[in-house]
Amino acid sequence: MFDTDLWREIFQSINKNRTRSLLSGFTVAFAILLFTILFGIANGLNNTFDEAFGTDASNSIIIFPGRTTKAHKGLQVGRRIQFRNPDHDYIKEEFGEKVQFITSKVMKNVTASFRGEQNNYEVRAVNPDYMFIENNKIKEGRYINQNDIDKKAKVIVIGKVVDEDLFLKTTALGKQINLSGISYKVVGVFTDDEGLNEENVIYMPLTTAQLVYGKNDEIDFMHLTYDPEMNYDEALSFGNLLTKKLKERFSVARSDQRAIRVRNMAAGKKAISQMTFGLGVIILVIGFGTLIAGIVGISNIMIFIVKERTKEIGIRKALGASPKSIVSIILIESVIITTIAGYFGLLIGTGILKLVGPSLKEYFIKDPSVSTSLVIGATITLILAGTLAGYFPAKNASQIKPIVALRND
Amino acid sequence: MLKISNLHKSYPIGNTSLHVLKGINLDVEDGEMVAIMGSSGSGKSTLLNIIGMLDEADSGDYILDKLPIKDLTEKKAAVYRNKFLGFIFQSFNLINYKNALENVALPLYYQGMKRKQRQEEAMFHLGKVGLKDWAHHLPKELSGGQNQRVAIARALAANPKLLLADEPTGALDTVTSYEIMEFIQQLNDEGKTILIVTHEEDIANMCKRIVRLRDGIIMEDKFVEQVRAKQNV
Repeated sequence: MFDTDLWREIFQSINKNRTRSLLSGFTVAFAILLFTILFGIANGLNNTFDEAFGTDASNSIIIFPGRTTKAHKGLQVGRRIQFRNPDHDYIKEEFGEKVQFITSKVMKNVTASFRGEQNNYEVRAVNPDYMFIENNKIKEGRYINQNDIDKKAKVIVIGKVVDEDLFLKTTALGKQINLSGISYKVVGVFTDDEGLNEENVIYMPLTTAQLVYGKNDEIDFMHLTYDPEMNYDEALSFGNLLTKKLKERFSVARSDQRAIRVRNMAAGKKAISQMTFGLGVIILVIGFGTLIAGIVGISNIMIFIVKERTKEIGIRKALGASPKSIVSIILIESVIITTIAGYFGLLIGTGILKLVGPSLKEYFIKDPSVSTSLVIGATITLILAGTLAGYFPAKNASQIKPIVALRND
Repeated sequence: MLKISNLHKSYPIGNTSLHVLKGINLDVEDGEMVAIMGSSGSGKSTLLNIIGMLDEADSGDYILDKLPIKDLTEKKAAVYRNKFLGFIFQSFNLINYKNALENVALPLYYQGMKRKQRQEEAMFHLGKVGLKDWAHHLPKELSGGQNQRVAIARALAANPKLLLADEPTGALDTVTSYEIMEFIQQLNDEGKTILIVTHEEDIANMCKRIVRLRDGIIMEDKFVEQVRAKQNV
């Protein structure tokens, strides 16, 4: 392998037979290029998909109250169900460890103003657990804590967008801000990976909102996450049990679908994981498809090259070349061409993805890219395939009698 | 130098086989210059190829320089070819992407000679055939006669015991043919053993011995008065 004369022979052969070298290089480069681009696009689709389904905890359940549609236990149809603080505590006590985080929610639309800047926002009055359920990240300051809840403190945590809207010249943290006539202190600014709509929101302690908006202990709806260790079936049965218990608690008919609605993300989660799996299969098929096309291409070229070099092989054998030296000269040449060409395909492919990637976002392709190790793996596969495909014709060529190879044709 | 006895060779053609050599007996001594003649299909090229270890006989004995040539592995055959034999072909068989010097140096490469020494050696042999100034030209930039001279230099480079020429002048015009033959005669004068396959009488008469083949057997084997090529150029 480290015989400089052998390498000299090989480089001379590559260099002097440029058309042949370029053609076989082109096939490999093109296969890797296609592989990179297709894989990148598939990855981009996957990214879009991930983003669309957000970063909210996927093990979550939302419980909405409604009106009864069935008479039950002597109670009328059309009765409105109202959740109150004890219901929140009931769930916590009843299900204990199975509940990971739980929050009640009161919603309100307010007009916020600060030094002449004014805008309308949604206020979500919640418990501290909400931060984990929504997967919010604190940018500055802190989140709502139990102390705020206990003291019914007039503090708020604002989304990044609210911060940017109202606090043009100064920082929001520590400032008093007016929400529909009542003054609150900003104690934190948060961000949310799900984007601007989720950052255009103000959080407030639940108890504060109940006090200020005269709701006493009323709750609009509840949001909880269950133990993430639960599997799909356990999560579903947990959701069903929760529904059943709540219906009993509010004397709602078991078959009443409207009075209490429990939206269990586990059901959706299964669909998402199936779709992700489907996408993964498509990506694999695309990857293998291009690779196989590349393998077929390089195999054909190797057979052609050996055929083309038959006479040269005959001459070399007549001059005393051993079969082994014939095989190695052909194979090493092909490995070199494949490696260099594969590298170029990789460079061009990732270059194209970088260039056009950003403009593909409107076609649901986000950040199309491929991991370098994957493409290198693909190139190595092609090199191995080329070597294997070249080995047998090269071996055959090295075995043919020189006289056959030299025969005038 | 060379001893062949009762050599047979057939080629399969479809279901039947063509019996090309039907028991050849031939002794060649050191320093001889032998023409092997015959019409096409007489088996002369097949005989040369067997002598050159480019092809194998079906039966019979072939002893080259006291070494029995039989059941050689490809590897061993390669070593023997490199060590004992120099080939000159009708169609030159130079490697088209290598220049004259590199072509001549190739058998030395397969001998494992160092690059520098190889090139000096190759240049010396190119000088002998008068092509020193053409050393860095590719075969396509040289005339037929020049190409054949490069091929001769290549055949000589490994300093073989036996030079085998298959219709060496077949692709050349008369004047060039005689020039080539003059070279070959010079080599023989220096003591090299040479076998030439030809179907041209004038070329055969420039050798010292003529072996005539017909239908796979030797019809005639006679020593002749050598005609010097130089007089005819």
